[in-house]
Amino acid sequence: MGPLLEVKNLETQFFTKEGIVRAVNSISYELNTGETLGIVGESGCGKSVGALSLLRLIPSPPGKIVGGEILFDGIDLLKVHESEIERIRGNRIAMIFQDPMTSLNPMMPIGRQISESLELHLKMNKKEARAKAIELLEMVRIPSAADRIDDYPIQFSGGMRQRVMIAMALSCNPQILIADEPTTALDVTIQAQITDLVNRLREEIGMAVIWITHDLGVVAGLTDRVIVMYAGRIVEEAPVEELYENPRHPYTIGLLGSVPRLDEERPEQLTSIEGMPPDMIDYPSGCPFYARCTFRIDRCLESPPDLRAVGPGHKAACIVDVSASTLPSSVIS
Amino acid sequence: MEAKRNGNDTDEVLLSVNNLKVHFPINRGIIFPRHVGDIKAVDGVSFDVKRGETLGLVGESGCGKSTTGRAIVRLEQPTAGTVEFQGIEMTTLEGESLRKTRRRIQMIFQDPYASLNPRLRVIDIVGDPLKVHNISSDKALTNQVRELLNIVGLNPNFITRYPHEFSGGQRQRIGIARALALRPDFIVFDEPVSALDVSIQAQIINLLENLQSEFRLTYLFIAHDLAVVRHISDRVAVMYLGKLAELTDRERLYKTPLHPYTQALLSAVPIPNPIAERERFKNRVILEGDVPSPDNPPKGCNFCTRCPAKTRVMNEKQIDCSQVEPEFRQAEPGHWVACHLYD
Repeated sequence: MGPLLEVKNLETQFFTKEGIVRAVNSISYELNTGETLGIVGESGCGKSVGALSLLRLIPSPPGKIVGGEILFDGIDLLKVHESEIERIRGNRIAMIFQDPMTSLNPMMPIGRQISESLELHLKMNKKEARAKAIELLEMVRIPSAADRIDDYPIQFSGGMRQRVMIAMALSCNPQILIADEPTTALDVTIQAQITDLVNRLREEIGMAVIWITHDLGVVAGLTDRVIVMYAGRIVEEAPVEELYENPRHPYTIGLLGSVPRLDEERPEQLTSIEGMPPDMIDYPSGCPFYARCTFRIDRCLESPPDLRAVGPGHKAACIVDVSASTLPSSVIS
Repeated sequence: MEAKRNGNDTDEVLLSVNNLKVHFPINRGIIFPRHVGDIKAVDGVSFDVKRGETLGLVGESGCGKSTTGRAIVRLEQPTAGTVEFQGIEMTTLEGESLRKTRRRIQMIFQDPYASLNPRLRVIDIVGDPLKVHNISSDKALTNQVRELLNIVGLNPNFITRYPHEFSGGQRQRIGIARALALRPDFIVFDEPVSALDVSIQAQIINLLENLQSEFRLTYLFIAHDLAVVRHISDRVAVMYLGKLAELTDRERLYKTPLHPYTQALLSAVPIPNPIAERERFKNRVILEGDVPSPDNPPKGCNFCTRCPAKTRVMNEKQIDCSQVEPEFRQAEPGHWVACHLYD
């Protein structure tokens, strides 16, 4: 059986007054049935735009998916009619976002917001949909769900709103859940509640999850496989244990060294990555990480490196053979 | 205990906060506003900061950590309590004496986009404190600002640029340069790296540590990220719903936390190690529910509504946490905790 979702050479750009912003530059990856894939990267690396592109949610203008294919169940989501994508969106592929307040309609009771998609996609009548909505709220552990179904979003806390979002997303038993930084706005104890919840529900329902985040800790606990993005490109892809134990791209190595961590002896200094990500309008012609890289050689400037296999299921976009142990001593100091 | 990094050999108390309270009144009615209650943002907080150390102050949103920092630099007027800075009582200072003391205490904010005036050039932003405090002549000003930019790792030729020409990390550096301009003794950081990406965050943390040892600065470092606080602090205070739950040196807080809240908080932090993190995931203490509202905090211990140790306290100590408030006291020398388990 092939992968559930296959992204091929996806390219998304924003056409602004200042120029073309190359947000996503030809990314390709696969998602298998039931697996959790993590996509990590820093602000502006294209991780969210890449995910929004999957469901054709890029605001246009100024955004446009300029190339690639997104194969889901044998069909190319980029080629089908808008009405077809509407049948898939929220039904077979659902999405939750970072900010649960702006993603919920403040003027509509939350029960109504959930039952709406049940009536639309699953053709339930009002009564059935309402009963199902209560059931869903119970599933995401909203206390006394039956009493709270007519409450408005403002009557819920941030963590509870995110639960409501998850209930909505799961209402149609999706095959894929795309979670775009769903815990970033939440406190750490609430984040623990939400990640625990998503993990349990994933096992119950058997859906695949794409978890997008900048937090290397969250990814470590939740995912099976991880993609690291930098400047709109995939720079590394590996099974989760492999990525943390044996990172093979200079950016991943730097990123892991930058995080202060609770599980290890405190280092005197953090290994920071000097400099800043490149300008996405005036995009570099060579490797986008060149300016900040400690392993760079002249050949890196020739063309952006392609992903190449460096181990089983492990790919890195770097022409230099690097690993954390070959880190130049100047970087560690 | 390990040697202090920052030459803090004296144990001299630089800042002493005693029973600090900041309450915000809730008023109802437009024409005849009535005082109907208070949001008890900070409700009786006491701690000392020693010269040369970094005291970390952690807690979740709304726990009052930022308000505590703002009250220390008098951006909020405390409702009660004292803040003593080298023997000077800060809460009642006014006019010229407040201005003079403030030179020695600076604050750095979370949002590097909102804390710099977009219409001013870098030279005006960083040089303004020098002008306000009549420290510099025009000629010397330019040189001083260039030197400050150099210290924080920015190109000194950027002095005529505007904030929008800089990235988030660079703006935070400008804010740091501005804070350093008056050669302060003490800096309050309010979530200085929370808005930054991890690779940039590491640059700023390293910079802050270098500046501290170079200029013998004392820091109060307010943040919600427990790993960042562990990295930068000598001692750490944990705050919950306007009160301190625990305060001790870094090693003890992270290795042997006493307060059930600190324990839950530490267990909730995901760590970047897949194998260990899956183990932690299974054993994680998941706190039920949300933080109660500070306008109506629970009776007794303010953590009792979510505390996993509540029944244990009842069984072992015969104390009802929802009735009796625990005292913030030393469970062992240098380790303060507010929990009946250690009564």
